[in-house]
Amino acid sequence: MNQRELPEHPDFLWANPEPKGSYDVVIVGAGGHGLATAYYLAKHHGITNVAVLERGWIAGGNMARNTTIIRSNYLWDESAAIYEHSLKLWEGLEDELGYDVFFSQRGVLNLAHTLQDVRDSVRRVEANRLNVVDAEWVDPQQVKQLCPIINIADDIRYPVMGGTYQPRAGIAKHDWVAWGYARRASELGVDIIQNCEVTGFVIDSGRVTGVETSRGRINAGKVALCAAGHTSVLAELAGFRVPIQSHPLQALVSELHEIIHPTVVMSNHVHVYVSQAHKGELVMGAGIDSYNGYGQRGSFHIIEHQMSAAVELFPAFSRAHLLRTWGGIVDVTMDASPVMGRSPVDGMYVNCGWGTGGFKAVPGAGFAYAHTIATDEPHELNRGFGLDRFVSGALIDEHGAAAVAH
Amino acid sequence: MGATQPQRLEVGGAIDRSRLVELVVDGTTVMGFAGDTVASALVANGALRVGNSIYRGRPRGILSAGVEEPNAFVLVKGEHDESMLPATTLELVSGLDLRLLDGIGVLDQKPDPAEYDKMHVHTDVAVVGAGPAGLAAAREAAATGARVVLFEQDFALGGSLLAQPDDLVEGLPAAQWVERVRAELEAAPEVTVLTRTTAFGSYDSNHVVAVEKRAEHLHGTAGDGVSRQRIWHVTAGQLVLATGAFERPIVFADNDVPGIMLASAVVGYIGRYAALPGRDAVVFTTNDSGYAAAHALVRAGATVQVVDARDGGPGERVAAAATAAGLTVRTGSAVVGVDGDVAVEAAWIARIDADGALVGDAERVPCDLVAVSGGWTPNVSLHSQRQGALHWDDDLAGFVPTAPVRDQHLAGAVRGTYWTEGCLVEGAAVGQTAAAAVGFTREDGCAATDLDVAAVDEERAARAGRTRQLWLVESREGGYATHFVDLQRDNTAADVLRATGAGMRSVEHVKRYTSISTGVDQGRIGAVNAIGLLTRLLTGDDARAIPPGQPGQDERVGAPGSAPDGIPAGGAPRPTPGAIGNTTFRAPFTPVAFVALAGRSRGELFDAARTTPVHPWHVDHGARFEDVGQWKRPWYYPRPGEDMDAAVARECRAAREGVAFMDATTLGKIEIRGGDAGEFLNRVYTNAFKKLAVGKARYGVMCKPDGMVFDDGVVLRLAEDRYFATTTTGGAARVLEWLEEWSQTEWPELDVVCTSVTEQWATVAVVGPRSRDVIARLAPDLDVSKEAFGFMEFRETVLASGIPARICRITFSGELAFEINVPTWFGLTVWEDVAAAGADFDITPYGTETMHVLRAEKAYPIVGQDTDGTVTPQDLGMDWIVSTTKDFIGKRSYSRASHQGAGRKQLVSVLPVDRSLRLPEGAQLVESGALGDYTGEGLPARPIPMLGHVTSSYHSQALGRSFGLALVKDGRNRIGQTLIASFEGRFAEVEVADAVLYDTEGARRDG
Repeated sequence: MNQRELPEHPDFLWANPEPKGSYDVVIVGAGGHGLATAYYLAKHHGITNVAVLERGWIAGGNMARNTTIIRSNYLWDESAAIYEHSLKLWEGLEDELGYDVFFSQRGVLNLAHTLQDVRDSVRRVEANRLNVVDAEWVDPQQVKQLCPIINIADDIRYPVMGGTYQPRAGIAKHDWVAWGYARRASELGVDIIQNCEVTGFVIDSGRVTGVETSRGRINAGKVALCAAGHTSVLAELAGFRVPIQSHPLQALVSELHEIIHPTVVMSNHVHVYVSQAHKGELVMGAGIDSYNGYGQRGSFHIIEHQMSAAVELFPAFSRAHLLRTWGGIVDVTMDASPVMGRSPVDGMYVNCGWGTGGFKAVPGAGFAYAHTIATDEPHELNRGFGLDRFVSGALIDEHGAAAVAH
Repeated sequence: MGATQPQRLEVGGAIDRSRLVELVVDGTTVMGFAGDTVASALVANGALRVGNSIYRGRPRGILSAGVEEPNAFVLVKGEHDESMLPATTLELVSGLDLRLLDGIGVLDQKPDPAEYDKMHVHTDVAVVGAGPAGLAAAREAAATGARVVLFEQDFALGGSLLAQPDDLVEGLPAAQWVERVRAELEAAPEVTVLTRTTAFGSYDSNHVVAVEKRAEHLHGTAGDGVSRQRIWHVTAGQLVLATGAFERPIVFADNDVPGIMLASAVVGYIGRYAALPGRDAVVFTTNDSGYAAAHALVRAGATVQVVDARDGGPGERVAAAATAAGLTVRTGSAVVGVDGDVAVEAAWIARIDADGALVGDAERVPCDLVAVSGGWTPNVSLHSQRQGALHWDDDLAGFVPTAPVRDQHLAGAVRGTYWTEGCLVEGAAVGQTAAAAVGFTREDGCAATDLDVAAVDEERAARAGRTRQLWLVESREGGYATHFVDLQRDNTAADVLRATGAGMRSVEHVKRYTSISTGVDQGRIGAVNAIGLLTRLLTGDDARAIPPGQPGQDERVGAPGSAPDGIPAGGAPRPTPGAIGNTTFRAPFTPVAFVALAGRSRGELFDAARTTPVHPWHVDHGARFEDVGQWKRPWYYPRPGEDMDAAVARECRAAREGVAFMDATTLGKIEIRGGDAGEFLNRVYTNAFKKLAVGKARYGVMCKPDGMVFDDGVVLRLAEDRYFATTTTGGAARVLEWLEEWSQTEWPELDVVCTSVTEQWATVAVVGPRSRDVIARLAPDLDVSKEAFGFMEFRETVLASGIPARICRITFSGELAFEINVPTWFGLTVWEDVAAAGADFDITPYGTETMHVLRAEKAYPIVGQDTDGTVTPQDLGMDWIVSTTKDFIGKRSYSRASHQGAGRKQLVSVLPVDRSLRLPEGAQLVESGALGDYTGEGLPARPIPMLGHVTSSYHSQALGRSFGLALVKDGRNRIGQTLIASFEGRFAEVEVADAVLYDTEGARRDG
């Protein structure tokens, strides 16, 4: 693809109606997950009397701030199932949405730098394959073939000992994905309401019947929370707690350069994940800031460490320039897996805790969440991700096990 | 272009005409002078045209004279090519070889050989910007004796004064005044003046991050050890922002043709560099400041016509003065288009109405330069990075700071103070205030100047000269496809129109739909003009979908129930820019090379390797190393002709049959002291330590609150109130952090102090049936008999060498073993002594691989290898280590449903039916028959249920076969079953067996 040619956006994306007094379903949060949920509610379940309420601008939270990596090579069965389903939806998404979202299956390489990295990588590859997820172990020479700009010399501090490769993984243009869902949802009759903050819930005998907003009360048959880290705040308004912590996670881009990086490279050990977007900017994620907070900004030493790691692995990036840094808020559960399912309040549903992995899950999560809302029962894909696992202890521990960042 | 510099003025400028400097641009030699930038040298050579635009391939020219440049990007060739540098900020030095870029850089794939470093500095007052306001502030603060750091991104001090060297400042020509202040600052002992240093990031606690260019301007004479660039981390008690303002272009048809230049840049090229951008100029302005360009051009000998968009009123005074000076001034008019492709040939000028639409016919005026001024935007980046408030000031026609951030101060153009005297007053005032806030006042007790800040405030709007907010000029032909808003991203008014037509209301959406403000200039050229356009395109109804919270946005916007001020509900389409707000300002202010931020953390120093005192011996003896955490650990010691398997087999045999030794120094070591140390350890380990006798050792496991194994190690009780705990090599830091977290935040009432002593002790493990003989020789004073020195005990002794040592009888192999701990500096000596003492027994050094094999034969788990954060001690078969009587971290989790009944994965061993097959670690295990028709080729048709995986896998000398450890669902109930291991598209049968395969009686540990 020529990096000097960009596709044109649709002439019309979404309408900005005034909120109605009542909806069958009110979705709180118009990020990727909220918009995809609205779309699948309308498309698969025929529920179109839906409002997606957004306190700010749509897709302005983590959807606008992630590094757009899409993959499904997760370790555990439950994770592999939902992310793989999501990836399959990604593979048909541009057709479905009628929108060129720059979905590029350029593959994702997860590098191994220590013997334990190698063990973890092999374990994940073997598990992925039995879970019907494309995955390969690649040796350093194969790493070099897939990504010629990686330094695989064995005299660097943490030499590349190989990696896992998922060929079907890739990237997409985040904003456009959200807009594509918003457009289709809007066409199907969903009301997308920006500048509408939810300030409370109307709960009657343990059942939610509406939301209070900055634009007045809106009655609702069902309420679906889709607010990532701010789910904690909303849940508190509804009288329950969710086990998530919110941390800043920074990311950054360089200016545009001729394309030299053909894939996506992630290295947990030296803390770098990087791709080169279609236009030519290097897009890079940094490590998580350790403190909790809702400020969408982090500490600069995290960026400096990130740059060291980048230059170590990619000498060609030495004099690329840091153009812009920013922060998102990642909502992290203790097992680094999401929460999706019913809440303690009847008619209210939760979808949060995607941590650093929410973007890739947008289609799959929207699909499964819509099912959960429409039927009041979790879909097979999210059955294991209910809040009850924090009581039963049946955790799906991806950070302990996979040892892979997103 | 040649060496003639045809556009260089005969006199003037701050260039050094005695030093001719040659540069090469796309293979052509161009001459300039020292003191030029690359851009000013190009201007002096009449070469305004630079690369083409990124997407539309339109010829582009130098637009600005500063960091906001959207067009003139170059690649500098050299030891490591650097791309996307604005020619307008690139200092002209000899030997520059450049390539003009079309908006996209080219990364050099060679390593960067240059050095980069960092400085960390605390100061009382930091001042960003060395224009009149910043210099005045720095001077005043310095006069109090405060420590002052002054940042200036340019290679010269002076800011706006550089463009007007002859203007009088405090009675001196500006250039002389700057020199005087520089001399004062340099004479002050506590002042650091950093030129070529851009403060690009502003973080909490007045932590400012800056990058200094240190070497290239020295023409290769910087010398060894001088870094090419340096990152400064400056934490300032008080921070003064005197960061100036940026001029905006005007959005009209074909406003990107080379020869269209910001009016202030024209002033700068003439005044600072004596370079004349054009001989026949049209100055198109919406405010007073454009007239400065007109006068400068006239003085430089150019013909000038002024086109002032304002009609009477605010512009009258300056227009009259210009007319009096002989200039032609057309008011109420606009440049509505230009002729020319690669250079401006003529401007089309017409009268315009209140909406910017043409009134009557346009007139064609031949010219080679159109200087434009669409008003000014304060440079609030650093202010806004700290969430400093902004608001739209209609008089100044810009977003200005509402109030400084705590412990910060604003002076000069950053707050809309656009005249030199005003800047000086504000600068001096904040210089004094800032110094006073950190306890410094002038010893003479009086203010240096008569600072009438109130008068500056009153005068500010009038001095700025009211700007016409002309966001769009209609063209003769209609349409907006060449009305450029963001030149770098090739975005036009048509793109903005398309965005709002698509339903975009938020300025953030418009940015993302169009990509305005995403270029290297980060919206300095286009952002406010785009916002201005939105005020023309959106209506009151639209405004209800505009979310609040954007920088500079009127806080009433988005309030429930009412449309914001300036947007009558359902009414006329005239929201103010304040109803829309800015996109977010983010660090860095200007781009910074990745490698500069890496600093010295590259190569060997990327993450400094830790080595033990014995490391040189390991190297000398041919060890291969493994990275474990930050440590380099010997992995195995191949002898000539040996591969890894052979070496490990030999090392294993030595440990099981004779004696072997390994360097165990890397284990984490933490001393835990205090009256409550025992109670504390009782709470963090699953087993009890409170009653451990002094002189005894105990193995312990610690878990996270979810009950999963977190780390393990042996703990010695040194005294009633003193324990010595070891951790895994990789886990030392996180265990210490864990202990600190619990002692500081959860149990502050406990008297306990934890200290890392990892670096203080060297440890040599002596292992094998003959180890007692070796220890006896080394420590003649110690009774090493089985009876006198029991398992899990330790002794303090003095070795034959006179070195004091603490010797423990613990084992990680199942064999009789001792661990000798000595102060680190004796580590190598004692290691060599062990080697000598064991020579008669053919003592053999071994590495981590052999250690792993030996411990696996005994099913001693490696935390992080045989566990993964989902494994409990019970899963490991260590129920015995989990106390049922005391409370400890993780205990409550064991009562949860997932810990009851069947289904947990348990540690077992797996024995490949093919006794020579060593399974890959990570191989998955499935039931026999679960594979169905899956052959291993490609992927299976549907998921195949997995029972677990192989965590460790080796060939055992002791067993004479391969074996592995595995975590298997209900593993202990499957002992004797045959499962299938799946790996690399192959399958192999394995038998599940008890975890412990060797010396199941535990008979060998006593020798």
